[in-house]
Amino acid sequence: MTIVNFTPISALAGGVLIGLAATAMWWLMGRITGVSGIIGYAFGARGAELAWRIAFVAGLLVAGVSAIVAFPASVHFIMDAGYLGAVGAGALVGAGTALAGGCTSGHGVCGISRLSGRSLVATASFMAAGFLTVFVVRHLL
Amino acid sequence: MKQILTAFGCGLLFGAGLIVSQMSNPEKVIGFLDITGQWDPSLAFVMAGAVLVFSIGYRLALRRSAPLFASGFSTPAKRELDKALISGSLLFGAGWGLAGLCPGPAVVSSGFGEPRVWAFVAAMVSAMVLVRLVRQRATR
Repeated sequence: MTIVNFTPISALAGGVLIGLAATAMWWLMGRITGVSGIIGYAFGARGAELAWRIAFVAGLLVAGVSAIVAFPASVHFIMDAGYLGAVGAGALVGAGTALAGGCTSGHGVCGISRLSGRSLVATASFMAAGFLTVFVVRHLL
Repeated sequence: MKQILTAFGCGLLFGAGLIVSQMSNPEKVIGFLDITGQWDPSLAFVMAGAVLVFSIGYRLALRRSAPLFASGFSTPAKRELDKALISGSLLFGAGWGLAGLCPGPAVVSSGFGEPRVWAFVAAMVSAMVLVRLVRQRATR
C-alpha cells in the first residue's frame, strides 16, 4: 500500500459543512439527514412531507449545478464506469440502501454520531463490501 | 414555507460539503476504497469532520423540547439488527465500490452534466421504489 492524492484539509472542511447541514436539519426540522431515505420516502409522501424532501434534493442539485457553472476548474469529477456499470451500480445502491434503511449519510454520518448499533453494523458492512469490490475490480479482474 | 427553505438551504450546504470534500468525485471515492493499492485516505477525514460536528449538534439540540420548525424530533425507531440491514448494506457497498457514487453525491454530481450519472440515479431511484413496493406487499 502507498498513500497518494491525500487532501486532508479540504476533506475535513467538507466534512464540517456536511455536519453543519445535518445539525441544521436536526435542530430546525428534527430530521435525520439520510439522503437515501429522503429520496426513497418522497414516493408515497404528500403535502408538506413531500415538499421538504423535494426542497432538500433540489438544494443538492443546485449545489452541483452552481459549482460546475461558477467554478468549472475546481470541481473534480472523474468516473470510470460506463453506462452498463452505472446502471448496475445504481440499482445495487438503490436496492441496498432501501433494504438497509440508510446510506453513507443516514447510517454513516448521522447514525455513528448517535452511536446507533444498527448504523455501526451497516457502516462496517458497506465499507467492507466497498473495500472488497474495489479490490476485486482493480486487482483481480 | 420555513420548512421548505430550511430543507433547500440544508441541501445546498450538504451538497457544498460533498463537493469541497470530493465525496462527489468517483475517482476520489474509489481511491479511498483501494486500501491494498494506491490508497487515498482523505475521505476518512470527511467522515471525521461530519461526525465530530453532528455528534455535538445532535446532543445540543436534544436539550430543547422540540425542533424550531417542527413539533418533535423524528428519531429512527428501529433498534434491532436484521438480515435486511446487513445484506442491504453489503449490496450498497458493492454498488458504491463499482461506480464510486452513493446517493447524496449521485444527486449532486448529476448537476455536473454527465449522462452516466443520470443513468445511475435513474437506476438507483427505480430500485429504491421497487424494493419498497415488494416489501410492502410481503408484509401485507
